[in-house]
Amino acid sequence: MSLNGDSLLNVTDLAVTFDSQEGAVHAVDGVSFAIEEGETVGLVGESGCGKSISALAILGLVRMMNNSTVTGSVEFMGRDLLALPEHEVRSVRGRDMAMIFQDPVTSLNPVLSIERQVTEGIESHLGLSHSDAVKRSIELLETVGIPKAAERLHDYPHQFSGGMRQRVMIAIALSCNPKLLLADEPTTALDVTIQAQILRLMKQLSADYGAAIMLITHDLGVVAGMTERILVMYAGRIVESATAKELFGHPHHPYTVGLLRSVPRLDEPRKMTLQSIEGLPPDLAHLPRGCAFAQRCVLRSEQCRLERPELLPTTPGRLSACFHSDQLVETAVASR
Amino acid sequence: MSVASDTIALGATGGGGDTLVRIDGLTVHFPITSGVIVQRKVGAVRAVDGLSFDVMRGETLGLVGESGCGKSTTGRSILQLEKLTAGHVLYEGADLARLHGGALRRQRRRMQMIFQDPYASLNSRMSLGHIVGEPLLVHNLRPRDEREDRVKELLNLVGINPNTINRYPHEFSGGQRQRIGIARALAVEPNFIVCDEPISALDVSIRAQIINLLQDLQRRLGLTYLFIAHDLSVVRHISDRVAVMYLGRIVELAVNRELYGEPLHPYTQALLSAVPIPDPVVEERRRPVVLAGDVPSPASPPPGCHFHTRCPAAKDGLCNVDDPVLREIRPGHFAACHLVSATDYPRIRSAEDRAAAAGTAAAGPADKAGDAA
Repeated sequence: MSLNGDSLLNVTDLAVTFDSQEGAVHAVDGVSFAIEEGETVGLVGESGCGKSISALAILGLVRMMNNSTVTGSVEFMGRDLLALPEHEVRSVRGRDMAMIFQDPVTSLNPVLSIERQVTEGIESHLGLSHSDAVKRSIELLETVGIPKAAERLHDYPHQFSGGMRQRVMIAIALSCNPKLLLADEPTTALDVTIQAQILRLMKQLSADYGAAIMLITHDLGVVAGMTERILVMYAGRIVESATAKELFGHPHHPYTVGLLRSVPRLDEPRKMTLQSIEGLPPDLAHLPRGCAFAQRCVLRSEQCRLERPELLPTTPGRLSACFHSDQLVETAVASR
Repeated sequence: MSVASDTIALGATGGGGDTLVRIDGLTVHFPITSGVIVQRKVGAVRAVDGLSFDVMRGETLGLVGESGCGKSTTGRSILQLEKLTAGHVLYEGADLARLHGGALRRQRRRMQMIFQDPYASLNSRMSLGHIVGEPLLVHNLRPRDEREDRVKELLNLVGINPNTINRYPHEFSGGQRQRIGIARALAVEPNFIVCDEPISALDVSIRAQIINLLQDLQRRLGLTYLFIAHDLSVVRHISDRVAVMYLGRIVELAVNRELYGEPLHPYTQALLSAVPIPDPVVEERRRPVVLAGDVPSPASPPPGCHFHTRCPAAKDGLCNVDDPVLREIRPGHFAACHLVSATDYPRIRSAEDRAAAAGTAAAGPADKAGDAA
């Protein structure tokens, strides 16, 4: 992970805080990472860990929310989006950087035809005439696998199934040849067989279009097959960063270890009991002073309660935010 | 593991063994009406379409399928929470559909439900003591002065601090609420519990806690579960036998190891192949079967085998005409497919594998609508 200037996306110290009656809620608490051109990166974590808010902040959508404070920098193609005025961010959002949302039912406008929703971005970003935009829309809908695309262009979202709606969302996201695609739980609302269709489509299109993908999900199975590098988030912070193979093979953070052990796998023999992570994620309005995971951690020590561990290199190319990562690194080396 | 283990030869749908609940021809159709003043019935959503299976005492029967396949309606109608259009549900031999009022209520004590959404299934205006204590009141189970102790005992059993008896649901997290829902179900000392997607609303790190709790309670209290879920890995972990549903019908039912080890029905094969494995090394080698198209609407299911529109092995003139019956293919292994016999069954392969088998060079680009045309 290079934090130099020539990455496609360079997020540095991103923090998002919401004011609430209980005090400041630190939804994203100092997150730094980079995404190279054409790379697929997974952002994994449980609900409330700040993964979706991170994506919305990168797109410049959080600063429109009430009570929010966004700090840090989001450098995309050499410009800090957080420092740009809204009308300039608009020219990037939907064009060079596009988003696929989780719920295809609520993220399409129910009272506009598919034609209006697909052509909108093409016309405003690329300056095409409406008839050219319609032609391009038909091509896009065919690319994402919608049968009889020319006829279906006049249909409304309710006339499509969940999987087909997600295909429309992908067509809209791809309409201006984005450099970066942020996909927030793109298959969580879909059935297993439809999920397989959509994942295959995304994989193929990202290769065809050369777009980088940031895939946000809680499903470890989905990121395993889809991404090259994985960032694990917990309580607003990145706790581990590694290539997919390294992370699944030998996790260096106890939270990642716990997550991987707690899911039953189809390709492994059945176990009598699952190894669960005890306890609950912390309240983001009252984060503990030390490591946010310490209370649930099997490796915790006095130091974890008092100090907050930084995200530091463990082995070349890997980062972990844990005082005891060396124990996990050693066992990994020993087991080889 | 529960009483019934993988190795016990189960009489299954046909009977025999120690049947706790027998489902016979269970059918639930929801009417589609038209008209403003006079509502005419113009059609029906065939949510559940003639299911027959047995739930054995002490086992966990997993019921899997995609959304809209009727698995939740099946669970609800077994407990008589939906009106049956046809069929019978026999609990220890007694036909529940014939029971009404007090007689039905007395039987309900033996059968409980754990709901999917721990936020919607607890009354936010009731304290924990009232939520867990209400079933005791309704069924008049304990003297008034013993009820609070019993509620505390139940909360303790599911891992909730008994001193929180006066607190309200909003003070608890999703996983804790699900524990409270389990305590409420256990209050009446049931034998049979329908678990309707009990963990799908929970976070990954909490799911294992609830699964372990359910298994622990089953061992300690000798419970029988109907475990409804769409997550095939979880169902494999928890179930002794598994039934796979597609569009209102059971397409395959077998002992866990058989169903996951050698699925016979093309739909089961495709479903298992589509589950992503949390391991990039494994994922790299896997070539999942990607089914084309969507699940048809249960309001107008296709003729013949409901799955023929998406089935790569479907035979024209057979699968789109005749309804396949759920047959016992091997002892205890049932499948509803014309093409499955005791000696052979269709093996569904991915586009890449088929291309490789046909001797063509490397697999071409995946066709966009999926593998099976």
